[in-house]
Amino acid sequence: MTQLVLEQALNGLQFGLMLFLLAAGLTLVFGIMDCINLAHGSLYMVGAYFVAAAAQAADSFWIGLGAGVAGAAVLGLVLELSLFRRLYQRDHLSQVLATFALILIANEAVRVIWGPQPLMLNPPESLAGPLEIGEFFYPAYRLLIIGFGLAVAILLYLLVAKSRIGMWVRAGAANREMTEALGINVRALFTAVFVFGAALCALAGGLLGPLLAVQVGMGESVLILAFVVIIIGGIGSIRGALVGSLIVGTVDTLGRALLPTLLRALLPADAAATLGPALASILIYVLMAGILFFKPQGLFPARA
Amino acid sequence: MVEGLLEVRGLCRRFGAIEALKDIDFSVDTGEVHALIGPNGAGKTTFIHHVSGALQPDAGSVRFAGQDVTTFGMHRRVAAGMARSYQITNIFLGLDALDNVALAVQGRPDAGSSFRFWRPVRSETALFDEARSYLEQLGLGSKATTLAGNLSHGEQRALELAMALATRPRLLLLDEPMAGTGPEESARMVELIEHLARHVTILLVEHDMDAVFRLADRISVLVNGQLICTGTPEAVRNDAAVRRAYLGDHL
Amino acid sequence: MAFYRPAPWQKPLSVALLIAALALPTLLTAIGQEFYVGFATRVLIFALAATSLNLVLGFGGMVSLGHAAFLGAGAYVAAICQQAGINEALLAFPAAMGVAGLFALLVGAISLRTRGVYFIMITLAFAQMAYYLFVSARAWGGDDGLPLTGKMAFAGIGLGGDTPLYYLALGCLALVMLLFGRLADARFGRTLQAIRENETRMEALGYAVFRYRLAAFALGGALAGLAGALLANLTGLASPNLLQWTQSGTLLVMVIIGGVGYLYGGVVGALILLVLEEFLVGLTPHWHIALGVLLLGVVLFAPKGVAALFGKRHG
Ligand SMILES: Nc1ncnc2c1ncn2[C@@H]1O[C@H](COP(=O)(O)OP(=O)(O)O)[C@@H](O)[C@H]1O
Ligand SMILES: [Mg+2]
Repeated sequence: MTQLVLEQALNGLQFGLMLFLLAAGLTLVFGIMDCINLAHGSLYMVGAYFVAAAAQAADSFWIGLGAGVAGAAVLGLVLELSLFRRLYQRDHLSQVLATFALILIANEAVRVIWGPQPLMLNPPESLAGPLEIGEFFYPAYRLLIIGFGLAVAILLYLLVAKSRIGMWVRAGAANREMTEALGINVRALFTAVFVFGAALCALAGGLLGPLLAVQVGMGESVLILAFVVIIIGGIGSIRGALVGSLIVGTVDTLGRALLPTLLRALLPADAAATLGPALASILIYVLMAGILFFKPQGLFPARA
Repeated sequence: MVEGLLEVRGLCRRFGAIEALKDIDFSVDTGEVHALIGPNGAGKTTFIHHVSGALQPDAGSVRFAGQDVTTFGMHRRVAAGMARSYQITNIFLGLDALDNVALAVQGRPDAGSSFRFWRPVRSETALFDEARSYLEQLGLGSKATTLAGNLSHGEQRALELAMALATRPRLLLLDEPMAGTGPEESARMVELIEHLARHVTILLVEHDMDAVFRLADRISVLVNGQLICTGTPEAVRNDAAVRRAYLGDHL
Repeated sequence: MAFYRPAPWQKPLSVALLIAALALPTLLTAIGQEFYVGFATRVLIFALAATSLNLVLGFGGMVSLGHAAFLGAGAYVAAICQQAGINEALLAFPAAMGVAGLFALLVGAISLRTRGVYFIMITLAFAQMAYYLFVSARAWGGDDGLPLTGKMAFAGIGLGGDTPLYYLALGCLALVMLLFGRLADARFGRTLQAIRENETRMEALGYAVFRYRLAAFALGGALAGLAGALLANLTGLASPNLLQWTQSGTLLVMVIIGGVGYLYGGVVGALILLVLEEFLVGLTPHWHIALGVLLLGVVLFAPKGVAALFGKRHG
């Protein structure tokens, strides 16, 4: 039992950190540009495809990861300059429509280029096996992801909380007009944030690639989770994104793993079997509704 | 002591580091015109927001007509008899003047429910007849079918006032009704307010000192979120602290 | 945005369209294209669904990205009714509307406390929650959905074959459009649009803004439920896919293409999108790309929707 709980807790942490990579970029784009980007999940998908394709070509996971992230950054740059730049000033509806169109295009384009079958992405060979800590076994690759996620989270925190660029970004999220009035090139800042967000998407997609299948549509389900994260955390807040990611990651993972067992102890087997999976899959939404009921602006509102 | 129509006690409000309102005690008596003056950024608009219910205080209470309305949202205070005009003109630019006022009449509890799904609103002559009378009262009778967005600035200010009146308030909160109007329009607005003051109690925030001293029965002075003095125009004019803190910078 | 005002030509045009729609099945049969009656029914049903969203979005100003949840709920209620032995649409359809409306009331009561981006995303999340609920509900078929054993009956008359369902859908749509047109011009519609334009001002005029919004949201949900019940009869299946957020996105796209806040925006949008789809599918298997590019074109070059190309908003 402790083995199970510990393993699931680590899985939750790992999932939460990956969500954070997605949510960080998303929350900044939402918060600063006030732009709804439904296609953020598509960047994640395309990023994963880039990584998988490059890794296959180079026969190295690490080269693939680097090339894929770079490729996604370039794609982000092109998208920002050609499309998103025009969308910032538009209303939310136009943004929804345009980015919905991007999803259609991205899904179909991936199908055309790489085919309908999922791509395989192998973890680096040295990390393929489990790691043994005393009595406890845990896949080495998952530990690596946790390490990676933590490192990026710390880096991002330092960047946003401590650096000058981060100060501008936070200022932009809290009050855009003021930031512009201070003479900061908000346009360039926006571009940089968007590109950075795209790179983080690809990083998450590439790292998760060996665990999940790299396939069409993988972006949509994760996109909604990222939305839940930034709603819970408060739009525009990096700290909120981190806390929200960890909450959603652990609650979702632990809920799925433990809730059915728990219910079986409490309810007749029949009811537990029906209710368990249902409850587990909606747990985070219930949580989100609860949080929003008391804090409509999320846990860490970026705008006072 | 008789309770005033509006009684504000110990009202405090912070915006982050800014203490916008510090422990305000304030009252408006039935029938009077009570002016609130103070330099820009003193907190006058913020105060009006708290009286009207647009913002909730950190501490303190607001009583209106003998009832504690501190926890009431804006629409409940309006239903209780409070109406406000905005410093920045706030009307429906896509509707004509008459429709704007009719909307205000329609919002009144005694005008019936707005959960009516079938009858075209245009056929409800009672609404529009009453709305027209407010427009005429404010000299906008000939502008009834003009799109609000096409009215002059002064006319828009007057329309704003007509909408507030159409809620049949006992207390009218006017936030700088003269803001941005020319001297001629200002003079007309002063006359209007003078006329209104015969029927309704008014809390007036205004920068135009001539208007304030002409209209007000009592004046309160707000500086840096603090109420430094309340009294008759004479008393306020001669108050040393007021001269130092406020009039000194301006006159 | 301007306020809705019925144009003088609207009534004759509506009547003419209705007559044309009434004659359509006969016409299609005459030229040997009965196949398209089913397609036309689909258009009518989605026109109804998109119109229900237009009430919420175009008139209420609430950008809901979870509207498909109510469509799906309606479809499931119809299927569940049939499973329980209630095969009469006169019973099952009101039940579908009631359940979808109550569900919308609940979702709205929480979501409407938020604004802007938060509202968009919380409605999305609620729909997703409903989606997962149905996916994991084994009693109702889980992933596979709950099939209908056949089309239901309306006032005892079976809806089998394509034409009866077509007329039922047409009747529902016509009634809803009539109601929609009336309420848009009545007190409620005025109030709703004014709230869309300036919420604070309406509050300051004494309107309990939340209540009107919630009522519109619930009414929109109920009408979507009706569309869902019809759709279940058309496709013979209540599937969780109906609740997926891409379905909500599609409804939104319809309203935007057709014209947000125009009475006929939902109808026009559903017609255009479904016909376009039908046309593109025949052209290329990768029609999603073409559709996506077209949508991008609409956003960038016809931001007010197609209905807006026909002149100003009714008056
Ligand atoms: N929503 C707000 N957030 C932060 N500060 C505010 C807000 N509203 C007002 N303030 C601050 O409160 C002070 C009073 O503002 P205001 O009431 O508009 O003054 P006045 O109407 O007397 O000119 C100002 O310093 C202003 O910057
Ligand atoms: Mg002010």
